Amino acid sequence: MARDDLTQHQSAAARLRASLPRHWKRILSERIIRFLLALFSIVSILTTVGIVSVLLFEAILFFQEVSPWEFISGTRWTPLFASKHFGIWPLLTGTILTSAGAMLVALPLGLLSAIYLSEYAPDIMRRSLKPVLEVLAGIPTVVYGYFGLLFVTPLLRQISPNISVFNGLSASIVMGIMILPMVSSLSEDAMRAVPRSLREGAYALGSTKLEVSTRVVIPAALSGITAAFILAISRAVGETMIVVIAAGQNPTFTLNPFVPIETMTAYIVQVSLGDTPTGTLEFKTIFAVGLTLFIVTLAMNLLSQYFVGRFREVYE
Amino acid sequence: MAIIAHPDFKRHMARRQWQGRAFHALCLMAVGVALAMLVLLLGYLIQQGVSRVSWDFINGFPSRNPDEAGIKAALLGSIYVVLIAAVVAFTLGVGAAVYLEEYASRNWRTRLVQINIANLAGVPSIVYGILGLEIFVRSLGLGRSVLAGGLTMGLLVLPIIIIAAQEAVRAVPRSVREGAYALGATRWQAIWHLVLPQALPGILTGVILAVSRALGETAPLIVMGALTFVPFAPDGPFSRFTVLPIQIFNWISRPQAGFHQAAAAGIIVLLILLLAMNAGAILLRNKFQRRPEA
Repeated sequence: MARDDLTQHQSAAARLRASLPRHWKRILSERIIRFLLALFSIVSILTTVGIVSVLLFEAILFFQEVSPWEFISGTRWTPLFASKHFGIWPLLTGTILTSAGAMLVALPLGLLSAIYLSEYAPDIMRRSLKPVLEVLAGIPTVVYGYFGLLFVTPLLRQISPNISVFNGLSASIVMGIMILPMVSSLSEDAMRAVPRSLREGAYALGSTKLEVSTRVVIPAALSGITAAFILAISRAVGETMIVVIAAGQNPTFTLNPFVPIETMTAYIVQVSLGDTPTGTLEFKTIFAVGLTLFIVTLAMNLLSQYFVGRFREVYE
Repeated sequence: MAIIAHPDFKRHMARRQWQGRAFHALCLMAVGVALAMLVLLLGYLIQQGVSRVSWDFINGFPSRNPDEAGIKAALLGSIYVVLIAAVVAFTLGVGAAVYLEEYASRNWRTRLVQINIANLAGVPSIVYGILGLEIFVRSLGLGRSVLAGGLTMGLLVLPIIIIAAQEAVRAVPRSVREGAYALGATRWQAIWHLVLPQALPGILTGVILAVSRALGETAPLIVMGALTFVPFAPDGPFSRFTVLPIQIFNWISRPQAGFHQAAAAGIIVLLILLLAMNAGAILLRNKFQRRPEA
């Protein structure tokens, strides 16, 4: 009985299969695959929607209790203390200090390295140096934090004992080294995209290599180099573990690189590591800070893309 | 002739040439500083931590005694998180890349997706931690589990894989697809049997890049709520966990020098893993590239 049912069932399926023209099935499966792949590509959009809505939703709850004006103008940040102040400026100065310091290291070194790789280095040097520099970019940031706190800071304290154990200077230096390969590699790409003919024209007029590099190649690659710098700043602003480990957790309204400070990212980690219950006002601060961080880095990434776009227009 | 003979010209020329050589030296020095930092960093790590690296260290659980502390729980946690992240990001990323390159028409919607992917790649990793905490841990109720951590990391590295896979798919010549169509293949058959196998080395390079990134990330998992002291191995997708970078961070933030040594040893293990993966990427790429070109 059961066996009869089964054969009947099978033959029905077989009849159906035969009646369905072969190309219909192919069209159907092609459609299904296409639909699935389109769904996959939507995940990236959903991620952005998720980030923005999570940050906005929780930040709005936060701003129902704290005035936005206090948040963007206040110079005291003490949400975890008994007397609470919610002025973001101490976290902003901390972020500005470490990012600017990192750029002071990464910008000149990165640009000069890029000039060397693009204009001076023989091909074999270039091909062996590039991957080595990229190793620097691949080292996890917690490793840089270790190096900053336990190697660079003691060294700095030998030079000047006034420097605290946690300070913005050491974090800046180490972060600069971390960002350097990004600056050099993106700038070098921009410089190599400058057509040879421009260089040769300048040489024909009797320029030296220095003059060709600084007065022809760099100006011609300027939008690409600018894009690299902005992207590097954005990276420095969002960098977390180096500043958590080496710069401290003291939100201080200062640009003094020798004292403990706290950046926006470090504050988020501090709250996450602590025992602040979710749902409290103290906990909601991380969303307001996260939103600020997201807006700042997004603005810089868009700006960088604008410059990259300009640079493409010229030479493609 | 007259100009070259002029004494001012010679003086200027000498100065310009001298400046050129000085600038060359300066540029070389900048590269030298970067390399010196790398050597210094690795040298210091090896000097501090290499004596602590042993089988007991790799196979031991964390301890309050710095000399007995090991990384077993953290290492296993890292492997779980990275595997989940890789599977999720590989599936979604390659699928999205194929859709964008092979199916999507060039209109404003595709452009929007593209701009969005570029921007996601620039979002600070800690923001992904906030996303993971709110979506996976709280809304979907996965808890502070290794699964939630892996999914968070999967989203974090998704843009890397999409961008790499798009480039790899784009590099496959049109003639390959057209040859398949001429033989009666459907779009998907051409993609599955011809385009993807040829794009695989490029895609795998992107995957390994993504996995290296996921292996080294610390901040998003701290925000998402991974533990810092875990005396047990994760036993399933809903187990609580820690990862190697968090374990290292935990040891760095303790005052005892013994824990700092353990941190250096942990870093050495982490760097060896990263190095091995990158070497693997190069080997894989070479192996696939030896195939005859279509």
